Amino acid sequence: MSLNSLWVVVEPANGSLTTTSLELLSHARTLCATVAAVTWGAGEHAAQVGEYGASTLYSVGDLAGALPGAPVAAAIAALVVAGAPDAILVPTSYDGRDIAARLSARLDRPVLTNVTGLADEDGLVSEHQIFGGTQVARARFTGEGPGIVVVRAKSFAAEPTGGAAATVVAAAVGALGATGTARITATHVEERQGPKLEEAPVVVSGGRGLGDAARYALVEEAARLLNGAAGASRAIVDAGWVPYSHQVGQTGKTVKPTVYIACGISGATQHMVGMKGSKNIVAINKDPDAPIFQIADLGIVGDVNTVLPSLIEALKSRAS
Amino acid sequence: MNVVVCVKQIPDPAAPQSLDASYNLNRSGKLILDEADTYGVEMALQLVDKAGGGEVTVVSMGSASDLAGLRNALAMGAAKAIIVSDDALRGTDALGTAKVLAAAIRRVNPDLVLAATESSDGYTGTTPVQLAELLDMPSITFAKSVTVTGDTLSVARQTEAGYDEVTAPLPAVVTVTAGVVEPRYASFKGIMAAKSKPVDILSVADLGLADQVGPAGARQAIVDVVTAEARQAGEKYVDDGDGATKIVAFLESIKVL
Repeated sequence: MSLNSLWVVVEPANGSLTTTSLELLSHARTLCATVAAVTWGAGEHAAQVGEYGASTLYSVGDLAGALPGAPVAAAIAALVVAGAPDAILVPTSYDGRDIAARLSARLDRPVLTNVTGLADEDGLVSEHQIFGGTQVARARFTGEGPGIVVVRAKSFAAEPTGGAAATVVAAAVGALGATGTARITATHVEERQGPKLEEAPVVVSGGRGLGDAARYALVEEAARLLNGAAGASRAIVDAGWVPYSHQVGQTGKTVKPTVYIACGISGATQHMVGMKGSKNIVAINKDPDAPIFQIADLGIVGDVNTVLPSLIEALKSRAS
Repeated sequence: MNVVVCVKQIPDPAAPQSLDASYNLNRSGKLILDEADTYGVEMALQLVDKAGGGEVTVVSMGSASDLAGLRNALAMGAAKAIIVSDDALRGTDALGTAKVLAAAIRRVNPDLVLAATESSDGYTGTTPVQLAELLDMPSITFAKSVTVTGDTLSVARQTEAGYDEVTAPLPAVVTVTAGVVEPRYASFKGIMAAKSKPVDILSVADLGLADQVGPAGARQAIVDVVTAEARQAGEKYVDDGDGATKIVAFLESIKVL
């Protein structure tokens, strides 16, 4: 093995760590014998990161309301000066991207993003899906490390290896100046019914073919009846019909449900890359030549505004 | 208040895309303003309007052979444009791009820098925050709304669970998500006015960054590009009133129902 050590940024969420963080830890352990995790916040994660393969947990501690990007990057940069790993892996998330970007500029080291695969071929080689996932580009760092790698959700399986709790090492942030002045003053949790979009076994997504914003309610109702989550194409997020958090695609979330039901979505490359890993794909679109039909296991050429209400009726009558 | 908006002219996303022999995205065709950037331009115009003074400058990097995208931002109401354009920039990575944009933005000395969360051609999504670090500014990404009161910035920032209210002192960098404001269409008057608005074209030498851009500055290389395993299309039916029934049968066959 050519890799001596990898660090993985692991993101706290609701007292645990995000699934993507655990996926990265699990995969890092298959590439390299020495894996360290870096986290922040007041939670205790030594046992969990140990179970997923890390021997050391660098803890930045409570951030006192600061956005994580600048302080966590500064703490990692200070650790790198003391002894650098071969690479630093970061989950793709709102805060993960901030940390990776800050760290890249601080260390003057390149960052590779949207990574969906990582192998050791005499150094790390990353995979990136391009052109809607029709092609895969593989890349490597050519300069001095550590390179920074930002990995998309669901690229690897999260598998505990049963390791002992990691040794916790406090990581100091140091002076941040103006860069550290962004403060969270309030947190709002939006009511969500049913499973999370990335974890739902069924995802029903809507696109431009719905015709107008009000009809997105059909997508939500079908999702609810199937115990699934409602997603959206970029087109209707850009149009302001639904919030960004619903977006599936290159910009947005990667989903791999048991079944993905695309309603009035033509299948722009931007969308396909976020859902083509689904186990089964159903598409409803009135354009018989819509690209989405090229990857659909079941394609219905028809008006989503007649097919979807009938589907909802059928699901309701089964339920009763 | 003076606001810089980072914008990118990209190949039309609706047109087929390809890589050249050096694995760079083929940008030889017509370039358009990235739609994701129109939200930042609109938000900047609204903020300047609300502040009662100042102007919007769009800053870009890339080919200056086609300036239609920048003219579009000027036609919406931006006062001027700066584009760093140089053959030496071909193959520049996200950090190199941030260095170039930072050097250009320092000339404007803005109160606020806006950008999209990521471009619609490269999708790297790190340049704005790299830029913030280089400019020694706080950054707030994934903004759903932005207000400025005095020299304090307040942002509703998208999170997994909902949103956070985040504040920072100006100057700062903010990335805006799409759909949060409705970008205006350029008026005929705006389009005519844009033709005479200043567009500064700078070279890498102007900014003193020669050794930090291009493939050498990127310190990364594409190993190869291979065709992904294609997913096979399954059955396709024209809806004859039985579309929903077919879907239900399919969901039963995969045991979702």
